[in-house]
Amino acid sequence: MISIQNLSFSYRKNKPLFENLNLQLEAGHIYGLLGKNGAGKSSLLKHIAGLLFPNAGHCKVLGFESRYRQPAFLQNIFMVPEEFYLPQVSIKSYVSTYAPFYPLFDKKAFYNYLEEFQIPMDQKLTEMSYGQKKKVLISFALASNTKALILDEPTNGLDIPSKSQFRKVIAAAVSDEKCIMISTHQVRDLDNLIDSIVIIDNHKIIFRQDVETVTDRLLFSTVTNIADTNKVLFSDSSIRGHAVITPNEGAQHSKIDMELLFNAVLDKPERITQIFN
Amino acid sequence: MEFKDTQAIYLQIADYMCEQILLDKWKPEDRIPSVRELAVQLEVNPNTVMRTCEYLQHYEIIYNKRGIGYFVAAGASKKIKQLKKEQFLANELPQFFRSIYLLDLELDELKTHYEKFKKSHFR
Repeated sequence: MISIQNLSFSYRKNKPLFENLNLQLEAGHIYGLLGKNGAGKSSLLKHIAGLLFPNAGHCKVLGFESRYRQPAFLQNIFMVPEEFYLPQVSIKSYVSTYAPFYPLFDKKAFYNYLEEFQIPMDQKLTEMSYGQKKKVLISFALASNTKALILDEPTNGLDIPSKSQFRKVIAAAVSDEKCIMISTHQVRDLDNLIDSIVIIDNHKIIFRQDVETVTDRLLFSTVTNIADTNKVLFSDSSIRGHAVITPNEGAQHSKIDMELLFNAVLDKPERITQIFN
Repeated sequence: MEFKDTQAIYLQIADYMCEQILLDKWKPEDRIPSVRELAVQLEVNPNTVMRTCEYLQHYEIIYNKRGIGYFVAAGASKKIKQLKKEQFLANELPQFFRSIYLLDLELDELKTHYEKFKKSHFR
């Protein structure tokens, strides 16, 4: 569905952000894009959406080169950016203006999502809080039924109840035809939704595995003392004990700790990737 | 639903679904909620619920009617108890034995505690 080949990009000369970056994403999954501040998460998403152009290499969605922004491509992709602008109009007129760009737009679903998020219908978009605007945009994105859906830090600015509502609407929206990509720092908000992890660091994709494979190969556990230090790939100590990652030799089924995995991959990229090869 | 950090989500969902069956909320030959409905309710990825369904189908607790959905198998309760018993004997009982050994407790002593427990909780 999304295919990035040898992508190179830099905002400034001699300061590359991406160097020969490769990434393949398929339909039917929710990808979590993780990376440190400034690693290039948003820039990568913008390349996919056709908002930034590569210096070299290709970025294709459904076979269309994103940079050319052909109508058939634009109809099938929606991006909810972290910072956005909404015009000074009512929800109704926003929909009648923008929905026609998306042939599969589902008006009924849109109003259902708004109801789920408890958005007042009688307000102008500009009179809403940041969180409310974001919920309108997320609802619109889901209702547009595009094959590719990109969400940049979607849970930023959402209050506590909305995070649960957000998880519900995303769970309802996944389908075998859709590819959803979410960048986030708040992994705990979304760790039961994301089924594949993509980590970007040092101009490249350094990790890309589905959660099932991760928990097949790695064991996430909390122990009171670390008995066999040779086996421990990564550990993080707290008052509850040591959260550790070890190779999953006993074929156990643990729950993935994405924050721990992220730190482990950044700390020991070679050792972790070795386990997956 | 609150998920624990200690066990894979798909297994925790399996526990939840087995509980619905044991509590008779889902009866034998009933159609269970769809994968999507469960995913929305539990706020998890539908692929995870799918994995749970395949797992429960493997143990013949639910079965699949093509194009319609999953149904509770006729002998589901019995199968669940059997599966849970095996898991208990393999995982929890050794832990329990370890504790009573370390605390110098005798099995006979525990019997009276167990009878008391049954009386106060299940009668």
